Amino acid sequence: MMIQGHHNMRILDTHQVSISTLPVRVYVSTIHKSSTKPCFCVFICSPFATENPASRKMASSFTRLISKRNTAVLLAGLGAGTAGFLLSENSSLAAEAKKKLYPPSSDYPDLRKHNNCMASALTPAIYAKLRDKVTPNNWTLDQCIQTGVDNPGHPFIKTVGCVAGDEESYEVFAELFDPVIKDRHNGYDPRVMKHPTDLDASKITHGMFDENYVLSSRVRTGRSIRGLSLPPACSRAERREVERVVVTALAGLKGDLAGHYYSLGDMTEKEQQQLIDDHFLFDKPVSPLLTCAFMARDWPDARGIWHNNDKTFLIWVNEEDHTRVISMEKGGNMKRVFERFCNGLKQVEHLIQERGWEFMWNERLGYVLTCPSNLGTGLRAGVHVRLPKLSKDTRFSKILDNLRLQKRGTGGVDTAATGDTFDISNLDRLGKSEVELVQLLVDGVNYLIECEKRLEKGQDIKIPSPIVQFRK
Amino acid sequence: MTKNCHNDYKMKFSVDDEYPDLTKHNNHMAKVLSKEIYGKLRSKSTPSGFTVDDVIQTGVDNPGHPFIMTVGCVAGDEESYEVFKDLLDPIISDRHGGYKPTDKHKTDLNFENLKGGDDLDPNYVLSSRVRTGRSIKGFTLPPHNSRGERRAIQNLSIEALSSLEGEFKGKYYPLDGMTDAEQEQLIADHFLFDKPVSPLLTCAGMARDWPDARGIWHNDNKTFLVWVNEEDHLRVISMQKGGNMKEVFRRFCVGLQKIEEIFKKHNHGFMWNEHLGYILTCPSNLGTGLRGGVHVKLPKLSTHAKFEEILTRLRLQKRGTGGVDTASVGGVFDISNADRLGSSEVDQVQLVVDGVKLMVEMEKKLEKGESIDGMIPAQK
Repeated sequence: MMIQGHHNMRILDTHQVSISTLPVRVYVSTIHKSSTKPCFCVFICSPFATENPASRKMASSFTRLISKRNTAVLLAGLGAGTAGFLLSENSSLAAEAKKKLYPPSSDYPDLRKHNNCMASALTPAIYAKLRDKVTPNNWTLDQCIQTGVDNPGHPFIKTVGCVAGDEESYEVFAELFDPVIKDRHNGYDPRVMKHPTDLDASKITHGMFDENYVLSSRVRTGRSIRGLSLPPACSRAERREVERVVVTALAGLKGDLAGHYYSLGDMTEKEQQQLIDDHFLFDKPVSPLLTCAFMARDWPDARGIWHNNDKTFLIWVNEEDHTRVISMEKGGNMKRVFERFCNGLKQVEHLIQERGWEFMWNERLGYVLTCPSNLGTGLRAGVHVRLPKLSKDTRFSKILDNLRLQKRGTGGVDTAATGDTFDISNLDRLGKSEVELVQLLVDGVNYLIECEKRLEKGQDIKIPSPIVQFRK
Repeated sequence: MTKNCHNDYKMKFSVDDEYPDLTKHNNHMAKVLSKEIYGKLRSKSTPSGFTVDDVIQTGVDNPGHPFIMTVGCVAGDEESYEVFKDLLDPIISDRHGGYKPTDKHKTDLNFENLKGGDDLDPNYVLSSRVRTGRSIKGFTLPPHNSRGERRAIQNLSIEALSSLEGEFKGKYYPLDGMTDAEQEQLIADHFLFDKPVSPLLTCAGMARDWPDARGIWHNDNKTFLVWVNEEDHLRVISMQKGGNMKEVFRRFCVGLQKIEEIFKKHNHGFMWNEHLGYILTCPSNLGTGLRGGVHVKLPKLSTHAKFEEILTRLRLQKRGTGGVDTASVGGVFDISNADRLGSSEVDQVQLVVDGVKLMVEMEKKLEKGESIDGMIPAQK
């Protein structure tokens, strides 16, 4: 029940407050139903919580107004029949009431020192429009952006700065996520473009690398289970459900994919040591990019690692995504790695579908994952490759750029290279299919190896022309 | 905006599925939170949307130490202590020496009731300090508050503190906005607080939006200091070199009361009730929220076999000179009251004053090679 009126009024009480210049909107409404006593609250809407001194002055007037006596006078003035109205000024405001008391401008984050995709996209207008919305699972915009507010970023590296709490986040908060996606994925526009999915590994050509140069090959992606919240938002029950669904499915894998699940909380010391030696074990996230996005809650509950007996197919459960799926081998047989990857993914998908579950996917965004940077294919295909001469050539970075490849140290993201061995992988995730991206990686690495061989023989190399971004 | 509770959605899962795994945990919350209590509380939320999962998250994420019992839960607002009393009352009782839900807490900020305290030997007592926290009514607490609320708290605090005069006249330094020179001075004065790194605090959501609306105020004399929006809305500190605890406590009480008057005028007084005293974020700081202490040289006494026993009997605790979780340097200890709830501010500072005086005398005896067996006090 709401009574609304616009008044310019003068109120005199023991404080001699005069608010004739202050336009006020007076609301009378019930408090949130979980309050233990039935009572009414009077709110006066005014943007007092902002930084500027004029607002601060209004704040004082405002807070004086909220006293019982003034309210009684106000209500009497309104003729609203104040008998029996109790003022609950002393309790924390109910969530509903707070929305009115604190307009979006009072909550808009200070992003002046920030350099991430969220900070570039989140205007005060967009924030005001989206602040009070919730997804069907009650996830809010503030929760999406918390990690980006808490981590202003690096002047040279632009992080994403926001995460999804569920599949619907990308829809409900599309006005933020769409420009973030465009920024991160080379202009991909989810409103008009479609993402192609293609997991037919037989299409890959020249996928066997020269093993004098390529030491290992790896393809990874992520998959989310539709109907369950993502790692930033999931409750313990949901996380345990993800674990149950995935582990049950994986138990159905046979042949070269047959394997075993190791729960992070329950593994023996021996199992733990073996997983460390195999470079399979993942640890509690320490990066504030992840911890500020609530992804480390309840650690290590419902987290674990599954791998096949051959140690070539590995799945992380409930780390940064519901699942991270990894296919890897020593040596240069990227084609076989990708075949196992596609085959394994298809089998797991089939096994969960048998029980009525499916992966989060749509034709706008491809596979839906926690971080917008992993939308589309979520695929990073890469090799550890020795490039002693090429890596010292001044044209190395430009060659990588044009081939749509990136280099990392052999410890993975944010590590430095040891010696002359680099982790080379595809840059793109969204707008091209899995087959296209792996073929790009294959062609690119073959080109780099060619360059290395030419430099060994004292021959010159060429910077290749840049690869086209999207199918127009 | 308020943190969303996600709660109605969670109710479709069973208690068994949602109940946290606390088998490897050693904190007060894990001791108390049975499945029954969790089942009873999980459908509830405070008016501002704080739920039992929010209360316990820090305790779930930080199993604790085999020897040190952390609290393992926080309040998100004043009502948390009411709505979740089935969980918090036993924790409070455990942490505060058997304090019962029906007990009443005594508040006494009349510094004239303190006896002595102006004659602690400055050859031993290097510095004296009293701190407490205050929460401002009408706002939710640091684990839960929105940016808008935090900024409103800052604005109110600046207004209140800027109106102080005389010995309390001072200046506010917002964390995000101080000059390099100001920052270095605050570090040199040992006043500057930093973004929390302890997972006990970060897992409770207290470092969100750092450094937005955080700051430090201190008087020109550098003897009275207020932290805004760190682990509580306000942390108030009175300190000075030497052993005149009486003066430190006088300034503490007078300053606090002046600040409280101003907040009351704005109809945002301090959170307080007659059962729990001053309401703060962590249940360990309920009651007085007061830690009164000294840095004192006790190289001989601290190595005496009965040192811990003496401290326990005097209701005191020791810390290193870097504060909580640090080691002592050069035989100098931070000695302070162990109690917070169930005794008044005057009572607690009196214990510190009397206890430290006795321990200094013991130290002097030991220096002369004499025994202190006759001086060991009875349990206070």
